[in-house]
Amino acid sequence: MALVQPRQSARERPAAFDLGHPAPWIVAIVALLLPLVSNSFFLSEIFGQTLILGVIALSLMFLAGCGGMVSLMQLTVAGFAGYMYAIFGVTGTHSVSLGWHWWLATPIALILATLFGTVGGALAVRTEGIYTIMITLAIGAAFYYFTNQNYAIFNGHTGINTISTPAFWGIDWRASLPFYYLTLVVAALCYFWVDYLIRAPFGLALQGVRDNPRRMAALGFHVNAHRVAAYAFAAFIAAIGGILQVWNYKQISPGSVSVDSAINVLIVAFVGGVGRPIGPFIGAFIFVLLRTFALDFLREIGLDGNRFRLLIGLGFLVIVFWSPDGVIGLWERWRRRGAPASARPAGGAHG
Amino acid sequence: MSRFIERYPFWSLLILIAIAFALWLVFATWPPGLEQAIGRKKVFLNAFFNGITLGGLYFLVASGFTLIFGLMRNVNLAHGSLYLFGGYLGYAVSNWTGSWLLSFIVAFVVVAGVGVLMQLLVFRHMEGQDIRQTMVTLGLSIVFADLMLWVWGGDFYQVATPAWLVGPVQLPFVTAVKSSGEAVYLLYPKVRLVIFAASVVIGVAMWLALNRTRIGMIVRAGVDDRDILAAMGVRIQIVFVVVFAFGAGLAGVAGVVGGTFQSIAPGEDIRFLLDSLVVVILGGMGSIPGAALGAVIVGLSEQLGAVYIPSYAIVLTFLIMVLVLAVRPQGLIAAR
Repeated sequence: MALVQPRQSARERPAAFDLGHPAPWIVAIVALLLPLVSNSFFLSEIFGQTLILGVIALSLMFLAGCGGMVSLMQLTVAGFAGYMYAIFGVTGTHSVSLGWHWWLATPIALILATLFGTVGGALAVRTEGIYTIMITLAIGAAFYYFTNQNYAIFNGHTGINTISTPAFWGIDWRASLPFYYLTLVVAALCYFWVDYLIRAPFGLALQGVRDNPRRMAALGFHVNAHRVAAYAFAAFIAAIGGILQVWNYKQISPGSVSVDSAINVLIVAFVGGVGRPIGPFIGAFIFVLLRTFALDFLREIGLDGNRFRLLIGLGFLVIVFWSPDGVIGLWERWRRRGAPASARPAGGAHG
Repeated sequence: MSRFIERYPFWSLLILIAIAFALWLVFATWPPGLEQAIGRKKVFLNAFFNGITLGGLYFLVASGFTLIFGLMRNVNLAHGSLYLFGGYLGYAVSNWTGSWLLSFIVAFVVVAGVGVLMQLLVFRHMEGQDIRQTMVTLGLSIVFADLMLWVWGGDFYQVATPAWLVGPVQLPFVTAVKSSGEAVYLLYPKVRLVIFAASVVIGVAMWLALNRTRIGMIVRAGVDDRDILAAMGVRIQIVFVVVFAFGAGLAGVAGVVGGTFQSIAPGEDIRFLLDSLVVVILGGMGSIPGAALGAVIVGLSEQLGAVYIPSYAIVLTFLIMVLVLAVRPQGLIAAR
């Protein structure tokens, strides 16, 4: 299936960021004023987590929605960035850390993680379509087992603890309020960057590659170069998310790059919808809410509170079955319910 | 085979030398210099045989995976869950009845039944949409994993080895020569050898069934072009169900084998899914001989890696996969 229905013409595509529409303004104002009404638990555990997970899933949204490549290694790239930050930076695990300053460790981690993602992508594009998911899953799983068994570099099962976070201009950026604004700004930048790139010539060419690689090749586009470039860009976005994640948790262990978490990123992106850059953030919000409150909720309705993953899995199945374009697709169909049937997106027709 | 040698004389020579060297390592009495360099021969032989027998297990898991993929273009990411389910079932049955062989039959039948349900209730309704099917299998694997965790908890289970298979057997491989001139032979667990032999028999039977019978002909035709096959009047849906049931059943049997070899616990599903993925990427999707070759390579590289480079063992397997993807993206023995 096409992950995103090819749109009939460029004009039909919704404007990326419509300044006349009130919704983006409301979201922006709510996001900025949130700390006034929210306590620090909600700020970091719900909204901070949403933004970080959203950034990682955003990279998958770009690959899957724009390039048609469903990669399961975006969390691995993020975790790789986190590990690199921990290895080069100052941590409590002296046996593996080099103890460099954060302003040196961060760019190095970003560069190395981008390289890692690019090489993984270059491997994945050697085969077509469905193989991508298998190869990226193999890369992700191999990295997870590697971090588990290697003590010299990754400190094995224990992972790396008490990772120091940036503090400058007299502000501890890990404190709840500054960290929220930091993640908000970074997430917004990533969002607008992806949003811009989708409409830029590169993004349009990538969508062409997604819809008809042979025709694009005939037109003179280097298909695989576009795909690898998409992987490189997505890896950079994922690496940013990974750095934020490691600053947030101050520790990293193989559990952070486990296959389950890698699958979670896929779930987040597809539940939200890979058609628009806002989708991953919506998906992340739903996911984080579920993860935080599922225990209480399940107990409330008289079920075992540990069945959180069952809930996630079933929810994901429901979305894949009935709305291939995620929650956004549901919303759009609901909004167009009065419109003639021909105007509806074809995505929901099968099932 | 001969065409391969004609086309790639250099690579054929290299492969032949490597095989000859491996055979020499297995059969010869090691000179003292070699023992000093890489350790005792007994360690090597044990790792070697563990790798080969583990390859047999991987083959059982991956052949079902590759068969399902080859015919239906369905990457069944829930295959590891089927393996784990088979293992739990095998444990329950052998614990309850005390019969090891019965546990295989039950695991095969029940897991094949799960496969039939998956094909009939889910995949039949989304034919040709491979990415959506893959996502569904991913969702199913999460649901299955959690259901199994619910029922069996996080404990380790081991299927009891039957009495007639317990104990070592002496193999005609010299591990060392005592100072008195007496040769020491390798002792190896009987159960692993029997299971390996069984997986070879299953593999050969599958190959024969695919290449020498009418049903095999239909399946092979379906792998090549299922639309034309359906147009020829073959009830393709029935073929799909049968193949899915068989592939799933093999995963269930492999679960019992894995439960006897090693143990059954949450997380094993992911491990065996990864191994199946690497095996079929190495061997070539949809190819049974490819799965056999890939399984032996993965098993050997895991076991030898675990002995000689313990903290980088997984990287070895992974590097082999990268190398194959770089040189032959379609797999070593490609189906097409």
